[in-house]
Amino acid sequence: MKRRSFLGLMGAAGAGLAAPAVAPVAARAAAKDFRGYHDTPGVLFDGTRCIGCRKCELACNQVNNLPEPEVPFDNLEILNTRRRTDSATFTVVNKFDTPGGPVYRKNQCNHCLEPACASSCFVSAFQKKSDSAVDYDETVCVGCRYCMIACPFEIPTYEYHKAFTPRVMKCTLCGPQMRSGELRLPGCVQACPMEAMIYGPRHELINLARRRFAAFPGRYVEQIYGEHEMGGTSWMYISGVPFTQVGLREDLGTKSAPELTAGALAAVPVVVGVWPVLLGGIYAINKRKEKIAAQEQQEAVAAALAKAKAEAEENLTTSLSKAEEAANRRLDNEVKKAVKEALAKKEEELKAADATKTDEEEGK
Amino acid sequence: MSTVTNDDFKSYLTPFNIVTGLIIIAGLIVTVIRFTGGLGAVTNLDDNYPWGIWISFDLLCGVALAAGGYTTAAACYVFGFKKYHSAVRPAVLTAFLGYALVVMALHYDVGRPWRLPYPIFVQQGTTSLLFEVGLCVFLYLTVLFMEFLPTLFEWTGWRKLRDALVKMTLVLVIFGVVLSTLHQSSLGALYTIAPSKLHPLWYSAYLPVFFFVSSIAAGLSMVIFEGSLSHKYLHRMMDEEYNRNHNDVVLGFAKGCSWVLFGYFALKMVGLTYDNNWHYLASGFGAWFLVEMLCFVALPAFLYAVGARDKNFALIKWTAILTVLGIVLNRFNVSLVAFNYHLPSEAKYFPAFMEIIISVFIVTVGVVVFRFVSTRMPVFFEHPDYKGQH
Repeated sequence: MKRRSFLGLMGAAGAGLAAPAVAPVAARAAAKDFRGYHDTPGVLFDGTRCIGCRKCELACNQVNNLPEPEVPFDNLEILNTRRRTDSATFTVVNKFDTPGGPVYRKNQCNHCLEPACASSCFVSAFQKKSDSAVDYDETVCVGCRYCMIACPFEIPTYEYHKAFTPRVMKCTLCGPQMRSGELRLPGCVQACPMEAMIYGPRHELINLARRRFAAFPGRYVEQIYGEHEMGGTSWMYISGVPFTQVGLREDLGTKSAPELTAGALAAVPVVVGVWPVLLGGIYAINKRKEKIAAQEQQEAVAAALAKAKAEAEENLTTSLSKAEEAANRRLDNEVKKAVKEALAKKEEELKAADATKTDEEEGK
Repeated sequence: MSTVTNDDFKSYLTPFNIVTGLIIIAGLIVTVIRFTGGLGAVTNLDDNYPWGIWISFDLLCGVALAAGGYTTAAACYVFGFKKYHSAVRPAVLTAFLGYALVVMALHYDVGRPWRLPYPIFVQQGTTSLLFEVGLCVFLYLTVLFMEFLPTLFEWTGWRKLRDALVKMTLVLVIFGVVLSTLHQSSLGALYTIAPSKLHPLWYSAYLPVFFFVSSIAAGLSMVIFEGSLSHKYLHRMMDEEYNRNHNDVVLGFAKGCSWVLFGYFALKMVGLTYDNNWHYLASGFGAWFLVEMLCFVALPAFLYAVGARDKNFALIKWTAILTVLGIVLNRFNVSLVAFNYHLPSEAKYFPAFMEIIISVFIVTVGVVVFRFVSTRMPVFFEHPDYKGQH
């Protein structure tokens, strides 16, 4: 029995045993207590063994019934151009020229432990299964392609030329075929003539990688890519050259996608809880201010009215008294005038009487 | 025979109608191609750039620029700036149309548009920020529709329905502000999941805050901008009340927007410092970042302040245009220019001609519907039967 099949069987057994325990963890990608994916199966890719033969690409194409490629799989010239996965190609091998000569690296979905695609999908079309495969359900997919934005490994692809049934396409880790018993190992793993890939429980793979580091000092960069990247992946890589030289970004960090968005999501209940109270309060304060202002205005108007009334009354009294005084004075004057006139008249009469008297006396 | 004469026909052939007519015909043609040939037939989208100009312009910019609805309504009804009352109806109408068009644009962009209700009614992906955006936009569109309905009911004369809705105004406004806060910020938060793809100068854990605060500036500036456009072309529809208050609205919004932009600038600097990204300023992307921050944030903040102080209305209007352009630039930078910055330039996306046609088509539909509604319904004037009643 070949070692990779042995590990494969172990992986399958592990998945079977672990399934009940792992499933809830897998379903709750954003759970607070993260117990890890200790027993779930994964694949270890050893970059020092890959010879760029494209047999894995061929196997993937056949297992998944993908359309025939433009360049046949036995043509290795294509390795001179950098390729990425697309809707008809779930895996590609790229050649990287390094100081020590060409190095080949296979690329496909890494089946993250806490996948960005699953975390970002607004219809939950992606699910991390207990057998490690990140499954896609095309019957609910709306085609928003946020999963493609979210994936740090640039894996999901899209059927842009289908008008009515476009799907997001990516490697399935041969989940459907292995669940139905059609395959015991992922198609690419089974097809590799160099045993560059090993399928088995994740922690076993990590141990195996460390054993290789110890057994071949100087051959490897002693780091397992995917052990911690983006919260860890089910597909992991070991390499003889720095990972950046074979197109694996080392600046992704160890935070999983759900951790990256947790802060923004946590703000939702805060806004929903605080905003209405705050805005309602501001409204109430403004309403009260308006009410007080209206009251004050009313009071001011009343005070002004009262003041005006008092002033008017005072004015009236003063003018009345003035008028009375004037009238009295006029009366006085009139009386004085009348008395004066009467006196003058009297005097004249007296004078006239005197004159008659004298005349009479002279006439005697 | 028909009673339509040559003269009747001629009266419809205004330059405005001819241009909009042509755009609408072109838009309909591309629509047919899009829905028969798939996204690939009309767009330059690919596996590296799943989101193009329809998301950048129609969704991100569209939603930000429709923020006038919640900012104006909140200023008038919640914060008690009664002098802005006349600006509420045009702003609510613009916001409602803006969101309706965002939803229309989404029908072009998503692969299976008939499934757009799925995230709400079939299976909810509650860990997704896009779910939050979708739910909020759906609810907010409903709120805006209810805020707009009184205008429609005054036009049709259905007083009872109208009065019932007017009574709910405050609740609707507060609900609208909550929903707007959530989805304006979520649009920025969408990108928090991709730290490795967005250039560090634009990526920040504060992206949601940046998007929310800048949406306020966008909303205020759009009200000034649209107000002056409407003033020019729809002046005949405006009553004395609207015209008397217009200058107050412009001055008040300019002052407010100046403060918001200064605050936004400060927040961006806090973000830059928090992530210790100052050294990136010396790169090419750094220069571009400085252009955005200095010419489209700091400059308008300053110009608004000067314009408000001097009561310089021309300056305020030009500043509003500058601010709106700045918001568009920011959304483009986040979603297109600084996105996938690690890719070689030949792998970068540039919109296809037909994608641009659809975006222009959607804006044109908005302008036509706005014109139709505002020339018939009491938007810029108070309906004589309902004076001073809302």
